[in-house]
Amino acid sequence: MTKKTYRQAINEALHHEMERDPRVILCGEDVAGGQAGSAGVTDAAGGVLGVTKGLFGAFGESRVIDTPISESAIIGMAVGAANTGLRPVAELMFVDFLGVCFDQIFNQAAKLRYMFGGKATTPLVIRAMVGGGMGAAAQHSQMLDSLFTHIPGLKVVLPSGPYDAKGLLIQAIRDDDPVIFLEHKMLYDMEEEVPDEAYTVPFGEANYLTDGKDVTVVATSRMAHLSANVAKRLAAEGISVEVVDPRTTSPLDDISILESFEKTGRLVVVDEANPRCSFATDIAALISSRGFRHQKAPVVMVNSPHTPVPFSPALEQLYLPNEEKIEAAIREVMS
Amino acid sequence: MQLSRELMVEAYRGMKTIRVFEERVKEEFEAGNIPGFVHLYVGQEAVAVGVCMNLVASDFVGSTHRGHGHCIAKGCDVKGMMKEIFGRRDGLCGGKGGSMHIADIGQGMLGANGIVGGNSPMVIGAALTAKTLGNGGIAVSFSGDGASNQGTTFESMNMAMVLKLPVIFITENNGYGEFTGVDYSVGSGDISARSAGFGLPTYKVEDGTNFFSVYETIREAAEKVRSGGGPVAIEIICRRLHGHFLGDPQAYRSSEDLDDVKRNDPIQLFRTKVINAGLIDRSTFDDLDSEVEQLVEDAAKEAGEADFPTVADLTSDVYVTY
Repeated sequence: MTKKTYRQAINEALHHEMERDPRVILCGEDVAGGQAGSAGVTDAAGGVLGVTKGLFGAFGESRVIDTPISESAIIGMAVGAANTGLRPVAELMFVDFLGVCFDQIFNQAAKLRYMFGGKATTPLVIRAMVGGGMGAAAQHSQMLDSLFTHIPGLKVVLPSGPYDAKGLLIQAIRDDDPVIFLEHKMLYDMEEEVPDEAYTVPFGEANYLTDGKDVTVVATSRMAHLSANVAKRLAAEGISVEVVDPRTTSPLDDISILESFEKTGRLVVVDEANPRCSFATDIAALISSRGFRHQKAPVVMVNSPHTPVPFSPALEQLYLPNEEKIEAAIREVMS
Repeated sequence: MQLSRELMVEAYRGMKTIRVFEERVKEEFEAGNIPGFVHLYVGQEAVAVGVCMNLVASDFVGSTHRGHGHCIAKGCDVKGMMKEIFGRRDGLCGGKGGSMHIADIGQGMLGANGIVGGNSPMVIGAALTAKTLGNGGIAVSFSGDGASNQGTTFESMNMAMVLKLPVIFITENNGYGEFTGVDYSVGSGDISARSAGFGLPTYKVEDGTNFFSVYETIREAAEKVRSGGGPVAIEIICRRLHGHFLGDPQAYRSSEDLDDVKRNDPIQLFRTKVINAGLIDRSTFDDLDSEVEQLVEDAAKEAGEADFPTVADLTSDVYVTY
């Protein structure tokens, strides 16, 4: 197997599925990039961080569709196309831009099937970048997974590494429901062994990054890796930490989380998002309501503070959960 | 163009079905048999029918909160619609959508929509499907003058121009967005000029009570769109008889305004014109009236007797798989 980056893994998943199924199309701002530019190059960018590079050349402008900067029209067009026979992958670029097209996602895409009594099928993937760490400030750095997870009708995927990114995206494209696929922008250069062929990783099945018996750490996306790093360090001290990455927050593999907690009785949730009504509070509530009799210590949540994402690297590093904060939380539940 | 007798019968039956259906919905709502909000299409029947008679079943339309007329004109089952509005289990959408969310994608009806301006982005998506599959289909977005002020409308028109999509944007300008007159809410006072500003070939039907005028304009536009000419926009001036929703006393409208709507009833105008031209006789129209009245009577009766959904229906149809 070859090592590939998270970026390459996503690109490969798109390539496989577009090759396999002519109904799969890609649309968004600058997914190719360069139309009507003075250089006359129509595949100049391949997405703002180069994730879709090369797809335009392979599949042409009828399937790799550069759009104006019109998020409601991009997402709505993908919804309508999904309802009528295509399987679109729409790119929202930064997840923060959902603010300009939320109606098409939560009032339309998510609800059509229910409102129409099962008569609508919306096989749609919305790709978007999440997360802080590159100094992109408050409107290009958020972790908004909980907003989507709250809404019935959507599935929410947070791949934490290249292998999962490829398998989960292929699953998302083959899935018949609207899927929000959230790529952490700080993971794009992360490398891992990724098979060349197409494969799927199912939704609602957690991944154990480490096995352990003292503390359960539930963490998503980039936080799963930071947690695994800490777990490996603490193992040397004899603290056995099980890091559970649910991979998808909707559907949620609550069974795996509860099983791990039954064993450890101690929970740390690591969540890059702001703390209120978050993934972290959701998991804390799960333990409170269904794991209480196994509980040995109060749940500790590691979140960003209740502030927008700051710009200055000095502030952003203070804002984001890091290995030090995760380690402190684990020591706290062990004390 | 002279319409065939068959098409004229179809037009009358369509308009009359919408009218009788809506008046029955009003009656049932006022009797307490229909929950929620209901927005009636009475007065605008010539628009829905004049548009949809230029479409085939595999063409798609997206509709508005005032959607019953579009649904009937696009071929949705009238009995299924009535049951849906009554919130019954075997309504067209299982009683989960109601008046504002009637849809039948198999009939090319992408749904009424509770969000003003909500349908146009999805309708260009249906047009993208037709273009991508090369199946010759077209898509129609019905919007009101209210939606003409929404950003989604502008974004969709521009996107359709950029991607040369086979779509018709219909603006039914009935003079009021909710309770506010169009002369107030449309800053420029000219809806058509906006779509022209996006580069769309733009048509305007000054009298949307005239079925023939609507039909002919759409026929020309639909041919252009179907043959790959890209999107077009059509503003149709029309009038609604009832308020924004049922229960709206329309204190913002003068009695002259409302009398004028009643005098210019599109169905009566059609009937008179066709009888006077000697094309269809009065008794044929009377027979059509009876047929439609019976259909709606049966629909309402069956809806009133139909079962409500049960607890098993509450959590189904959220996902295909979960």
